Amino acid sequence: MSGHSTNYEFKNPAVKWLDSRLPIFSLMKGQAMDFPTPKNLNYWWTFGGILAIMLVIQLISGIVLAMHYTPTADLAFNSVEHIMRDVNYGWLLRYMHANGASMFFIAVYIHIFRGMYYGSYKEPREVLWMIGVFIFIAMMATAFMGYVLPWGQMSFWGAKVITNLFSAIPFVGDSVVTWLWGGFNVADPTLNRFFSLHYLLPFVLAALVFLHIWALHIPGNNNPTGVEPKSGADTIPFHPYYTMKDLYAIVVFLMVMAAFMFFAPNYMGHADNYIPANPLVTPTHIVPEWYFLPFYAILRSVPDKLLGVIAMFSSLLILLVLPWLDSSKVRSGKYRPMFKWMFWIFVFDCLVLGVVGGNPAEGHWLIIGRIATFYYFLHFIILLPLVGLMEKPKPLPASISEDVLAKSDAKSS
Amino acid sequence: MSTVEEVNQDDDSTRRDFLYIATAAVGAVGTGAAIWPFIDQMNPDASVRALSSAEFDLAPIEEGQGITVVWRGNPVFIRHRTPKEIEEAKAVPMSDLKDPIARNLNAPEGAEATDVNRVVDGKENILVMMAICTHLGCVPVGEAGEFDGWFCPCHGSHYDTAGRIRKGPAPTNLEVPPYKYIDDNKIVIG
Ligand code: HEM
Ligand code: FES
Repeated sequence: MSGHSTNYEFKNPAVKWLDSRLPIFSLMKGQAMDFPTPKNLNYWWTFGGILAIMLVIQLISGIVLAMHYTPTADLAFNSVEHIMRDVNYGWLLRYMHANGASMFFIAVYIHIFRGMYYGSYKEPREVLWMIGVFIFIAMMATAFMGYVLPWGQMSFWGAKVITNLFSAIPFVGDSVVTWLWGGFNVADPTLNRFFSLHYLLPFVLAALVFLHIWALHIPGNNNPTGVEPKSGADTIPFHPYYTMKDLYAIVVFLMVMAAFMFFAPNYMGHADNYIPANPLVTPTHIVPEWYFLPFYAILRSVPDKLLGVIAMFSSLLILLVLPWLDSSKVRSGKYRPMFKWMFWIFVFDCLVLGVVGGNPAEGHWLIIGRIATFYYFLHFIILLPLVGLMEKPKPLPASISEDVLAKSDAKSS
Repeated sequence: MSTVEEVNQDDDSTRRDFLYIATAAVGAVGTGAAIWPFIDQMNPDASVRALSSAEFDLAPIEEGQGITVVWRGNPVFIRHRTPKEIEEAKAVPMSDLKDPIARNLNAPEGAEATDVNRVVDGKENILVMMAICTHLGCVPVGEAGEFDGWFCPCHGSHYDTAGRIRKGPAPTNLEVPPYKYIDDNKIVIG
């Protein structure tokens, strides 16, 4: 990867022997220890490490849950109850996995907004950003299929509504849905294949994460000033400085997760999912998991079926072209007076969409949802290209070091 | 070397082009044929397709009452409509309908969505249709909504007393499954 390879002489003869045949130790030393990293990264930069840990937690807790879970429509619900009541520490493992999914999404949303604020998607990091968007989509697919597995009412009706989105495709829509279901309704074959794919996708995710980090290590990290490191004085080695900082953030983050697991394990879930799936009765108010709500709100705010589905998928895919929508040459939002406002309004807009998605699509919620959906697209398609041309950015620091020193001078004087 | 190439260049290149294209074509067809079983295995299997028809007795359903039965794993509404409901459905002008097609697998394809085209002629009091909202598949609630028919709570679709979509995101009328009367009070669906 890039030009950072170290010509380090390993002392241990066994390590040296292996490394000269497969330079795995050199790679680790160069990429995970000595890797030159901007010295001014703040805590928003720790969410990458948090995400990596969350993926590992989901993989390990998922693999052990799969040892006790049964993916058939007759037994799935009871097998989850069996995990909760009979399996040693089963309740802990399941609450870890269910809350882990929510915490995973909290971290990824912060990580994405961090990238938006500091312009991390801009040249030369476009591919890094796009791989990130694919990771986000793969996470959503994984979590959607995972939520179907306990086979409760929300599992069933969530699966039915979301798979039915594909029936909006002209001409072949119905055949596509039948193919996805393996039948004429969401049923046993559907559950079975969702389990298979739920097991597979996290490993695809791991491969994407590898590419993401590879693409990161070509240009190196962005930083809060958005000014690229100019000399060795602007960077510090990843280890021990950022390994420690990341570890500290991971511990704090996992404490929050533990608080949910032990004191409010079902807070981020839905009570109706403790009712076994019933294909004959739709719960009066079906909602997806909280992390899908903004997208669900966009789907429902369009009165036409096909257009609603198109709007929902576009709201996700538009992130792929974000690097080319933002016309400003200045990376960090810190130096962009107009963009800074726009950014926070956009965050607020996403939160509003989330609230709307959790409420029935009628009355004033419908109107608020339509305005928020409109603004979501306005932000990307009109405001971002335009504001970059109109605004007058603040002067950038000459280097990261200059910026850091200016701050510490201001503090000491 | 160069002389050999020069001599053979013309006919050799066309022969090679032909071989390349032929190889690529055979390769593409072969790959397609190999992929197909992996795709088709996800379609409904023989045991699912076998559950095709079911018989239902209508006698116990009182006027103004509706029941939900199961056909091919899906809920089906059977409603014994009141004269008032039938009148309401008949009174609707075709131009008011969002979906002007009957969506009745027993009527000719593309038939108009008149009330009589949604039922069996002469048995207009009995309405049989899939209990699947044509938006995203929820089960609508009966005797509800702004048109006295069905209301889907998921995203707010309103259906009238003939199960036709009148308001909301659903694109088409509730589908009428293939069914026929085997005697005065019994139907077979499928
Ligand atoms: C990206 C990583 C993953 C995410 C976001 C994720 C998400 C989820 C979610 C949201 C549920 C439903 C939890 C509930 O309400 O009960 C679930 C269930 C499940 N997952 Fe995962 N999962 C991931 C990785 C895995 C892996 C690698 C496996 C390994 C086989 C796995 C196996 C299971 C099993 C067996 C269940 C059913 C038991 C249960 O419902 O608790 N998951 N997953
Ligand atoms: S599923 Fe009925 S309105 Fe959406």
